[in-house]
Amino acid sequence: MTELVFGRPRSLTRVPMHYCPGCTHGVIHRLIAEVLDELGLQGRAVGVAPVGCAVFAYNYFNIDMYEASHGRAPAVATGAKRTHPELIVFTYQGDGDLASIGTAEIVHCANRGEKVTVVFVNNAVYGMTGGQMAPTTLAGQVTTTSPLGRDVEQAGYPVRMVEMLAALRTPAFLARVSVHSPARIIQAKAILRRAFEYQVKGTCFSMVEFLSTCPTNWGLTPPEACRWLETHMLPYYPLGIFKTPEGPERTPAPLESLPDARGVQAVPAAAAPTGANGETGE
Amino acid sequence: MARKLMKGNEAIGEAAIRAGCRFYFGYPITPQTEVAEYLARRLPEVGGTFVQAESEVAVPNMLYGAAGTGERVMTSTSSPGMSLMMEGLSYLAGAELPCVIVNVMRAGPGLGGILPSQGDYFQATKGGGHGDYRCPVLAPWSVQEVTDLVQDAFDLADFYRNPVLVLADGLIGQMMEPVEFQEDRRPCKALPDKRAWAARGWKGDRPRAIINSLFLDPEDLERHNRDLKAKYDAMVRDEVRFAEYGTDQDYEVLIVAYGTVARVCKTAQEDLAEAGVRVGLLRPITLFPFPYEAVRRAADKARAVLVVELSTGQMVEDVQMAVMGRRPVHFHGRQGGMLPSPEAVAEQVRAILRDHAAGPSARRRASRRGGAS
Amino acid sequence: MQHDVVIAGFGGQGVMLMGRILAYAGMRQGLQVSWLPSYGPEMRGGTANCTVVLSERPVGSPVVEFPRALLAMNLPSLDKFEPKVKAGGIVIVNSSLISRPCRRDDVRVVQVAANDLAIEVGNPRGANMVALGAYAAVAGVPAWDRVEEVVRETFARKTDLVEKNLAALRRGAEAVATGATASPAVAGA
Repeated sequence: MTELVFGRPRSLTRVPMHYCPGCTHGVIHRLIAEVLDELGLQGRAVGVAPVGCAVFAYNYFNIDMYEASHGRAPAVATGAKRTHPELIVFTYQGDGDLASIGTAEIVHCANRGEKVTVVFVNNAVYGMTGGQMAPTTLAGQVTTTSPLGRDVEQAGYPVRMVEMLAALRTPAFLARVSVHSPARIIQAKAILRRAFEYQVKGTCFSMVEFLSTCPTNWGLTPPEACRWLETHMLPYYPLGIFKTPEGPERTPAPLESLPDARGVQAVPAAAAPTGANGETGE
Repeated sequence: MARKLMKGNEAIGEAAIRAGCRFYFGYPITPQTEVAEYLARRLPEVGGTFVQAESEVAVPNMLYGAAGTGERVMTSTSSPGMSLMMEGLSYLAGAELPCVIVNVMRAGPGLGGILPSQGDYFQATKGGGHGDYRCPVLAPWSVQEVTDLVQDAFDLADFYRNPVLVLADGLIGQMMEPVEFQEDRRPCKALPDKRAWAARGWKGDRPRAIINSLFLDPEDLERHNRDLKAKYDAMVRDEVRFAEYGTDQDYEVLIVAYGTVARVCKTAQEDLAEAGVRVGLLRPITLFPFPYEAVRRAADKARAVLVVELSTGQMVEDVQMAVMGRRPVHFHGRQGGMLPSPEAVAEQVRAILRDHAAGPSARRRASRRGGAS
Repeated sequence: MQHDVVIAGFGGQGVMLMGRILAYAGMRQGLQVSWLPSYGPEMRGGTANCTVVLSERPVGSPVVEFPRALLAMNLPSLDKFEPKVKAGGIVIVNSSLISRPCRRDDVRVVQVAANDLAIEVGNPRGANMVALGAYAAVAGVPAWDRVEEVVRETFARKTDLVEKNLAALRRGAEAVATGATASPAVAGA
């Protein structure tokens, strides 16, 4: 008698994935499918695929699926969840989709506290179109549209979406995980499961950002890509849980504890650099 | 049910509820905001949901998600908002999702103004979004008619699995008129079962629902386009709607106008009749499909055709296509929120008849004369 | 026969409500009606107007460029619409706020000191009802009873307002009847 100890999750189809060798999309797909299976959600789950490398995700998840227009997956998810709150609705979005063209949709979906789960895959580059600069591309990182490296004077700094959304008052579960090592993968799955559990309970909006690799467009072998993620992305994109619905609201320090207004005004107006930011009040 | 005096925008909201719509996603914009306000108040009373979206870009995508579960859903907007919705509209058409979108038109281009216009005719009937799609476009001329057409729009949307546009102008939205809701209204189309394709969670009892407009294989996409075309052909065959006034008698000039403008023309027609000038009036109710045949037939009985619009001339192109050069087609338009008066329309008719009496060269001059005069 | 009237004044003078009451009353009488407001940024504090059409036949244009009647609650409204009134038409002038005489001699001009009469009946905010009463009395359509009926329903939630507004409405009609504030009717009216 044999016992099946490892198999394909029911929530994945048998369709071979189109992802490049070494790409971590496949891992993340599998984690989602395992969580859906373990929580018994396959028959209630509805996924929303993005525009980007994961555009064909509807072929891989063995559940009802939508294919959304670029960046609008949170709006699509809102529509589905509001009509049928019993559905477990998740979006699967890359960094161009979520952090560039879809910033309005993700911010307001989170701010309305839609009871959906967002899987945000951040590999610091536009993959499908061939390696252009993403909003999450690191400072100095070379891409086809930042051939001399991302110039933060021109393109600004990489956007930290989890931190940005954590600033909203609306309760949410927000975390950043990585899948560049087996230990991190196991950890990521636990966090993802927690995100879905919040939705099952109807508690809050949840988003898990996955740091992910793109060996093809980074020009690295898969092992090199994992090391590059660890060396370059982790310092800028710290892993962790940034917000929980149970957690205290972050409050700024009271004004009384800051230097008083006269101190700020003591900086001579004429000396204020015109193009600089306002960090002159120390 | 007794007649009730209602503002057009509120009647649109109530009509949606009567049609079984329980989900509205929208964004405020003058002159249609009362639709959203009305439904924000009314939907919770009937167990429905109102969502104020972050933008008109998000709205049709919310409709996409909501219609994808098989529910009756709608939004309303006005011209600048309609432009923002064009992306989502193309996806809705591509994924064959039924929904109703009401555009209470205001004057453009750009931010334009907030007063009535018919400047979105091309956008509504000839595309607007990218790709090769069509939407039925219904054009009401009264508050009563907008309530009827909104309800029909849901039936048409479900029957064809297609977005349906209701193209009203600011006057329809803002004016109050008596309205009667039919208590025992029957759907205008046989309604298909949506369970076969709606994404409501897959339990293995049907193929997986995939709400999608992506077909990377060109052969697949061509097949999809041809399937859509067959649907649009069926609309052209079965859904043409128009109304005629005074065309059963002899007339010298045929006026073609839609929406509120047709009412102005109707008054002009009555005023002219009192003065012994006989005019026929044809009012397209569906702008897509356009009543080409009816316009051609009615034009054949006249010496000339006059098209009146709140634009610099958009529907006039469809009228020209219908008439095929067999009769001169004249145009009178007002823009920017200005409206033609019955007196001005009557004067246009008289001018056309004077020109025709004066001979061919004067006719050619008259045909070229466009815009407000 | 079609009755159409443009009612115009400052935002806040209640001109929209006057129009709605006329439209409701017309509908009750079995007439075809339309009520069309001016809308837009001027809706607070600026000038506002609405057009009401009452007709035995379906209402054609809800927009009336040359109305059969004008109810001018302030001077800018009189300036704007007076030249447009059809010959033989009616112009109701709120003489409490409009000191200049009417320039037309081919219309029936009725001067009603709406604000003063409203104060006189103890309803200082009821100038619109006084003017409405005057119009209804002069025009004859919609029927007076219908107008009173709709006024009762409009303020039904606050019974004290019903009587106050009916008093204002009747004072307007009375002013017309006594002729004390009306200019002589012109031939053709």
